[in-house]
Amino acid sequence: MALFASLSERLNHIFSKLTKRGKLTELEIRQAMREVRIALLEADVNIKVAKDFIAEVSEKAVGQQVLESLNPAQQVIKIVNEELIALMGPGNVKLEVSSKLPTVIMMCGLQGAGKTTMCAKLAVLLKKQGKKPLLVACDIYRPAAIDQLKVVGGKAGAEVFEKGTQAPPKTAKQAVEYARKMGFDTVIIDTAGRLHIDEKLMQELEDIKKEVDVTEILLTVDAMTGQDAVNVAETFNSRLGVTGVILTKLDGDTRGGACLSIKAVTGKPIKFIGVGEKITDLEPFYPDRMASRILGMGDVLSLIEKAQEAVTEQQARELERKMRENSFTLSDYLAQFETLKKMGGAGALMSMLPGAGRMKLNDGDIDEKKIERIRAIILSMTPKERDNPQIINSPRKRRIALGSGTTVQEVNQLLKQFDQTKELMRRFRGKGKMKFPF
Amino acid sequence: MGLFGKIRDALKKTRDTMATKLRQLFLKNKLGDAFYDELEEILISADVGVTTAEDVVEQVKEEAIGNKIKDEQYVTDLLKDILEDTLSEAPVPELRYPCVIMFVGVNGVGKTTTIGKVANWFVKQKKSVTVAAADTFRAAATEQLEIWAERAKVRIVKHEEGSDPSAVVFDAVSSVKARKTDVLLIDTAGRLHVKENLMKELSKMDRVVGREFPEATFYKFLVLDATTGQNAFSQAKLFNEAVDLDGIVLTKLDGTAKGGFVFSLCGELKVPVVFASVGEKIDDLELFDAEQFVEGFI
Repeated sequence: MALFASLSERLNHIFSKLTKRGKLTELEIRQAMREVRIALLEADVNIKVAKDFIAEVSEKAVGQQVLESLNPAQQVIKIVNEELIALMGPGNVKLEVSSKLPTVIMMCGLQGAGKTTMCAKLAVLLKKQGKKPLLVACDIYRPAAIDQLKVVGGKAGAEVFEKGTQAPPKTAKQAVEYARKMGFDTVIIDTAGRLHIDEKLMQELEDIKKEVDVTEILLTVDAMTGQDAVNVAETFNSRLGVTGVILTKLDGDTRGGACLSIKAVTGKPIKFIGVGEKITDLEPFYPDRMASRILGMGDVLSLIEKAQEAVTEQQARELERKMRENSFTLSDYLAQFETLKKMGGAGALMSMLPGAGRMKLNDGDIDEKKIERIRAIILSMTPKERDNPQIINSPRKRRIALGSGTTVQEVNQLLKQFDQTKELMRRFRGKGKMKFPF
Repeated sequence: MGLFGKIRDALKKTRDTMATKLRQLFLKNKLGDAFYDELEEILISADVGVTTAEDVVEQVKEEAIGNKIKDEQYVTDLLKDILEDTLSEAPVPELRYPCVIMFVGVNGVGKTTTIGKVANWFVKQKKSVTVAAADTFRAAATEQLEIWAERAKVRIVKHEEGSDPSAVVFDAVSSVKARKTDVLLIDTAGRLHVKENLMKELSKMDRVVGREFPEATFYKFLVLDATTGQNAFSQAKLFNEAVDLDGIVLTKLDGTAKGGFVFSLCGELKVPVVFASVGEKIDDLELFDAEQFVEGFI
């Protein structure tokens, strides 16, 4: 869909308009937040959740200092990203273990969320941790659900306890007794998919919970769920007291905003994500990955991150001062290249910058090997030579070439490039508007 | 209850909330920016999607301003008309027999259950029906379809789990040709639309039917879960590219989700909704009706 294109276009638009430094103003925040709102809604974040989130983040953002390496819109998005990560975190929350064995895990969720498959995936995970899980078939409604659990249980190498279409609370109770007797340390109860508004079936889950001592109640949710995710999560949580959430089918192209909605209404940790059809396709949850997926601004986010890592504000100020005073030296030149290297090369950086396509940089100028040679040449110079390259005469050039394992031609080339860069900087400064990208 | 009462009733929870929201909106606001912003939010909260919601609201706005009308009922009816028009942009194909219908979709949307209900629907139309268990991947999918076939009292063609689904299709086609069966319904494994290999497998089944049974009319229906959000669009788009869809079956309308994504699907992809599933029982399937859907939606 062209939606994504238009989103980045719109972002480009604000990025190009807002180049002012200093503190974030309400206007800038509002402009950037309009785009963030659309990103969240297109990712299926519930509209109320999105509104609350934006209101809260906007308030936090007012008056914050804009980092030298970012423009105001990027700064707002940086804050949004951090808040998203904080809200969805913490990541990698382990399954609880009961002090009184066996630990009982009950799965619940709507039809088709992927509970039965997830039971087997959890069994595989637990077995890897040296545990002995028992799977319990309590979906007595869907045709062949018990058969399905038996097949996937077999693939996972886990025993399946079933009592046909006997009432699920009774089966659950017997399964726990059986587990205790036979030395299973974990019991995973597969339940029927049900609508959260199905009174009879919701009561059944409460009955299972009453009958056995449940440690974990895991709400399994399809990552493709839309606005209704809040109603589903709210109802399951208020009736059962969910202990954690599993998001399934994240191997598709959904942006997975349901995740944020569920976390916002339940406050319960997202424990795992399902990422494929294989029985081992289960991963811990990483809030940072989810945040960039929801925002759908992966490129912009990684640019922000890299710019942040690579350039401290001070460094940037220093560089600006030098440009202003035209006292840029070969040492600064080297530092600049090293910064570029940290950011994954100028080519990578440029490709991430919205609307930077027209700022063509010759990639050959900064390939890794070349940077190494430049580094060697500059490091073979005396401090005085680095500050005043005009004193480098022919004998000095021969010495430098020899010291750096390069040739006099290469030394000449570097000095020429340095002069060009200085000239370029002078012109940038002359224009006044252009901000050096690093 | 009218002919299509079930769809409307399934959406009743929806209708109550949306109608209530609209009423509150009229009580609170005059027709102005705040009103339209909130109207847009109401649509978005039913999974209509930002772009479509903006379009719809823009149309309401133009019409209402042009006609200088500030009446609640007028705006509500206007909204209904616009939504209904969007749905009618994709006409439902006429069924001609003998026919083959292949059901495709992502995992867990309710394909197998839908086939059970659709088989039952055709039986009630006095047609002979065979179902083909071409989901050879999911554990116990064939067993599940067998139970539905029994309930609907139709024949089933099946192979072992893990066998080639195209081979099942081939056998099923030969069988219905020999028996002069009116309708063949093909169940396929759930697959995420982004998995190219699995989508290619579908195209292969598609070709088998086209080649082996050219005299039949061949339809490909995408099964979509009403609980889905904006990803429904991506699903429809990619399945449409793989097998050229003829229609959509909307399932799980008995929940609280509204399935508002159908408006952008019908509007932009021109794929019509053909059936709607509104409950767990075998009779809980209705031919889709745009008017009733919108009536229930608002």
